[in-house]
Amino acid sequence: MTIEKLIFYFFATVLVFAAVRVITARNPVHAALFLVLAFFSAAATWLLLQAEFLAIVLVLVYVGAVMVLFLFVVMMLDINIAKLREGFIRYLSVGILVGLLILVEMVLVVRTMTAPVLTAAPVSAVPNIEAIGQVLYSIYIYPFELAAVILLVAMVAAIALTMRSPRQHKYINPSLQVNVRRADRIRLVNLPAEPKD
Amino acid sequence: MIVLSDYLILSAVLFCISMAGIFINRKNLIVLLMCIELMLLAVNMNFVAFSHFNNDITGQIFVFFILTVAAAESAIGLAILVVLFRNRATINVADLDSMKG
Repeated sequence: MTIEKLIFYFFATVLVFAAVRVITARNPVHAALFLVLAFFSAAATWLLLQAEFLAIVLVLVYVGAVMVLFLFVVMMLDINIAKLREGFIRYLSVGILVGLLILVEMVLVVRTMTAPVLTAAPVSAVPNIEAIGQVLYSIYIYPFELAAVILLVAMVAAIALTMRSPRQHKYINPSLQVNVRRADRIRLVNLPAEPKD
Repeated sequence: MIVLSDYLILSAVLFCISMAGIFINRKNLIVLLMCIELMLLAVNMNFVAFSHFNNDITGQIFVFFILTVAAAESAIGLAILVVLFRNRATINVADLDSMKG
C-alpha cells in the first residue's frame, strides 16, 4: 500500500463520514459545517488527481462563498427544527433501502467494466492551470462568456428577489399623477364679502 | 496505485448518500439544497477522475461550468428561500401546498 493510496482512503473516509453527517445532523448549522468538511476532503482527492485548479476553485468558491451564504441563511432564519424532523424515522428505512440498492447497482456496473483498467496518466509537462487556460480561452470561449452571463443573471435575480418592497422609496405612481382631476386638488370656497368698517 | 474504479465507487457512494438524504430530509428545504450540492460534487468527481485517467482536459472544463451553474443555482435557491420565509414564516415543504399539487 503506497502512501498515495493511504492518503486517498483517508480523505475518502472523511468525505463519506461528513456526507453521512450532513444528511443526519439534527441542526442545519452542523449540517452546513459538515458540508464544508466534505468539500475540503473532495478538494484533497481532486489534488490527488492533479486537478489543482479545480481543487482550489472548489475551496474558494464553495467553502468561501456558497457555504458562507448557506450559513448566513441558516442562521438568519428562525427555524423550528423539531417540526422539520418529524417523519425522519419513517422515511429513514426507505431512504437507506433505495440508496443501498442504487449503490449496489452502481458498484456492480463499475466492477464489471470491460474497458481496460486505466491507470494514472504521467505527469504532463504543462501545468494544470496553463492547460485549462489554453483550452478555456480558445475552444470554450463562448461557453465561458455564457457562464459569465449566467452569473450576472443569477446575481440580478437574487437581488431582485430579496429586495424589500418599494414601501420605503418615495416615488409616486405616474398614472395617478396623470389621472388627477381638478376637483381632487382645488376646493373653491364661497366666502361672503365682509363689509368695510 | 489508485485506479479509476476507486474514484467511481467513491462518487457513487457520495451520490447515494445524498439521494438517501433527499428521502429522509424531505421536510427541510435547506438540507434538500445541501443534498443537491453533494450530488453535484459526486458528479464533478466523476468528471475529474475520467479527465485524469483519460488524459483529456475537457472533463475539467466541464466541471468548471458545472461549478458556475451550481453556484448560481444555490444563490437563487437561497434567495427564494429567504423570500418564502419572509412571506410564510416557514420552510417546511409540507406547508407549501397553496398550489394544491
